[in-house]
Amino acid sequence: MQTRRNFLKMTALSSLMALSGLASLSAMAADTIKVGILHSLSGTMAISETALKETALMTIADINAHGGVMGKKLVPVVVDPASNWPLFAEKARQLISKDKVDVVFGCWTSVSRKSVLPVFKELNGLLFYPVQYEGEELEKNVFYTGAAPNQQAIPAVEYLMSKDGGGAKRFVLLGTDYVYPRTTNKILRAFLHSKGVSDADIMEEYTPFGHSDYQTIIAKIKKFASEGKKTAVVSTINGDSNVPFYKELGNAGIKATDIPVVAFSVGEEELRGVDTKPLVGQLAAWNYFESIKNPTNTAFIKMYKDWAKKQKLPNADTVVTNDPMEATYIGIHMWKQAVEKAKSTDTDKVIAAMAGQTFKAPDGFTVEMDPKNHHLHKPVFIGEIRPDGQFNVVWKTKGPIKAQPWSPYIPGNDKKKDEPDTK
Amino acid sequence: MKRFLIALLLCTLPALPARAALDPALVKQLAAEDSDARIAAIQKLGTSGDPDVLKVLKALASDSLMVTPDGRVFLMPEDKAFDAATGAEIDPVPAEYDAITINNRIRSELDNAIAGLRLLNPDRAVRLAAARELQSDPGIELVPVMGKALAKETDAEIRHLLRFALDQANLASPDAKLRLAAVRALGHDASPTTRGLLLPLTDPANEADAAVRQAATASVKAIESRLAIGDTLGQIFTGISLGSILLLAALGLAITYGVMGVINMAHGELLMVGAYAAYFMQGVFRSHLPAYADWYVVAAIPVSFLASALVGMALECTVIRWLYGRPLETLLATWGLSLILIQAARVLFGAQNVEVGNPAWMSGGVEVMAGLVLPWNRIVIIGFTLFVLALVWVLMQKTRLGLFVRAVTQNRAMAGCVGVPTARIDTLAFGLGAGIAGLGGLALSQVANVGPDMGQGYIVDSFMVVVLGGVGQLAGTVWAALGLGVLTKFLEGWTGAVIAKIVVLVIIIVFIQKRPQGLFALKGRFVEN
Repeated sequence: MQTRRNFLKMTALSSLMALSGLASLSAMAADTIKVGILHSLSGTMAISETALKETALMTIADINAHGGVMGKKLVPVVVDPASNWPLFAEKARQLISKDKVDVVFGCWTSVSRKSVLPVFKELNGLLFYPVQYEGEELEKNVFYTGAAPNQQAIPAVEYLMSKDGGGAKRFVLLGTDYVYPRTTNKILRAFLHSKGVSDADIMEEYTPFGHSDYQTIIAKIKKFASEGKKTAVVSTINGDSNVPFYKELGNAGIKATDIPVVAFSVGEEELRGVDTKPLVGQLAAWNYFESIKNPTNTAFIKMYKDWAKKQKLPNADTVVTNDPMEATYIGIHMWKQAVEKAKSTDTDKVIAAMAGQTFKAPDGFTVEMDPKNHHLHKPVFIGEIRPDGQFNVVWKTKGPIKAQPWSPYIPGNDKKKDEPDTK
Repeated sequence: MKRFLIALLLCTLPALPARAALDPALVKQLAAEDSDARIAAIQKLGTSGDPDVLKVLKALASDSLMVTPDGRVFLMPEDKAFDAATGAEIDPVPAEYDAITINNRIRSELDNAIAGLRLLNPDRAVRLAAARELQSDPGIELVPVMGKALAKETDAEIRHLLRFALDQANLASPDAKLRLAAVRALGHDASPTTRGLLLPLTDPANEADAAVRQAATASVKAIESRLAIGDTLGQIFTGISLGSILLLAALGLAITYGVMGVINMAHGELLMVGAYAAYFMQGVFRSHLPAYADWYVVAAIPVSFLASALVGMALECTVIRWLYGRPLETLLATWGLSLILIQAARVLFGAQNVEVGNPAWMSGGVEVMAGLVLPWNRIVIIGFTLFVLALVWVLMQKTRLGLFVRAVTQNRAMAGCVGVPTARIDTLAFGLGAGIAGLGGLALSQVANVGPDMGQGYIVDSFMVVVLGGVGQLAGTVWAALGLGVLTKFLEGWTGAVIAKIVVLVIIIVFIQKRPQGLFALKGRFVEN
């Protein structure tokens, strides 16, 4: 029933979209560049992705206000793939072949990225992907502005094992059931083995997308944690399931000082709907936090807050910025720089020009696009949740570190090249 | 909490300048780079027994202890600054400063130190809270403080807690005799935490003394057998809790589909309407009655019911009425209606989930036995389910409307002949079913996410419950919901959430094939109609 319903919805939606696409096509003037924005604005991932669409629109408006790209105005084309993975591919195809966009900023979950990949390869499009992910991928048509596992997951677990992180000896790897959590946990398991943690001290649990009843899992975690060794939870839960998970965690009276939970997909935005007082001290690992203090970040936060007010976003007075939003912002600016360097929006020329681009990012560092591997060099921060839903940075790297898309903890990866094949 | 602490600080501040100074070196050490140095400072300050230390440590815990680049540490409860060591006001406030941030390791030391200081407070409630705080892993450095407090303490409950905390701390004692006594005493407790504390002592690598190891093994065994009971009870509770949610989601459908025979694909959206009504009431209470904001849930009960009932009745009058007896068309039409309702919610409230908060009295949980915490929101929902069930039973069995509904269900033509206005009864019955769905939505808003397509996740479950229970039978729905809830939770504990979902569906398919009429079947002459 669900699929048939979705099918109907899809047909209705895509015909609507097609109509609006036609309308915007006729309005297009010659001296504009079209960019696609491919984020779920409804469904389970809307909690995370809506803010990325807003960030992209804000950045585009800002670039336009400062003269556009090569004197041309950017025209955003927004589509809603509705947290429906096959629909992502359809929408991507529509953006590239019908709307003729020169670049697409979008996707959050790895399953959506995997779904659009064949389209971008076939049509030689260009995708900027702004979210931390599991690695194991290096595509010519994609630039990854989020973190690879060695820029987020590995440092986070190392921190948990350190004295300040509580010296955890047992780990619960908890995630939503899809490619990102499964692969990340595979890497983490291998990493933990290399640190001398045995399989008996690792518990792996998965829940479906949109899962809302975490009672059993919390009970299991409590039991697992009572076996005499300090236990920590590594959460790769994605989307709106995080709200019931953290609610249940608070209700069950689990404190961060007893069982710390470090999350890889929970930031300021996801915590907006949760009472964070019982969660004080729970952790998240990212490459950016809103609470980082530097002039670039202050300007970035102000820009977004003003944007939210101007656009009358829901709860505009409480909007927050987070890591994938920063990555979106960096991505759009780097693409702009590359287009200006290449003096063209042609995919292959822009890809060549992207190598080695630098940008002064809100995380306080000048981040660089690796000359070869399409990933950003990023700093890593670990933050603890404060009562106001922001994060206190408790650990950080000295500077940006290079991404390893092929994790050395997966067998066979040592033979893979760190640059994509070009045609 | 933070605001409360600040308020507390503010009222105690006027007394500050009169106090004796704390050791400035220790205070400065609180802002050290190295966590070990900071913890040493906290422990030293904490065991000094100086009551002024409390304010400094509390400020550190609430992010209002500041440090200037040149290392001056001061309290900054609001916009005034006070020197941490002397308590004197610093005027003007230093131009450059940063809050001293703490991590979990420091936070737990800090909590213990603060609790240790409050053990000598004259107020019983404060002492009790402090003793509770010390239940999780108190450090060995607190033993003298706790010993002193225990000697002075007269309240039985606090004494009990303190002795327990002392035993825990003594597990790390260098004296094997103290350790042995502590291990034996802790064997009488049945919490998972105690088990976690004792387990390392059964290992020769951690514990040199054989007698302590033996006692620890015996204590752990005793604890485990008691924990097993709590575990099973916990699983049954989570099963009943899931069952109550399934029941609330399905009860409305049991009336519209089960009793009236309308395959209502828009049922999930009626749940959604009820949940949004709760969101709406929360907004009204927050802006107009902030003092009673926690009671919006109670006010939302009639509002959710009416909102969904009105939407349901409107659907019945405009679409469903014309399609009675044509199940396939009803299915398609209500499906269309569900899409319309979802889009309407997107237009009205936005595509993103909205935040519906638990009121304070529904947050947290109650520890019914060691290691078994039952969350209040689940308990309230189970109670609410019973209330709704009673409401439906009374309406269907004891009122004229219920009588008419049952009569129309059993024999429409005959009921019409004896003067029952069948068309109006249909509308009212559909409204009742929709209203009950609205109440289900209200309950869901307290545990799950509220968004435009929240209903889609429940439509399949709801039909499953009604079909499994036997179409037309409210009692069947109750048993089916509880059975499915408990079954799902036991499977989840055993196989994980993903596999559990598959197994439950397979079981239902097999069951329906063997017994198509469901758990309870209607009996009697009218069945064939």
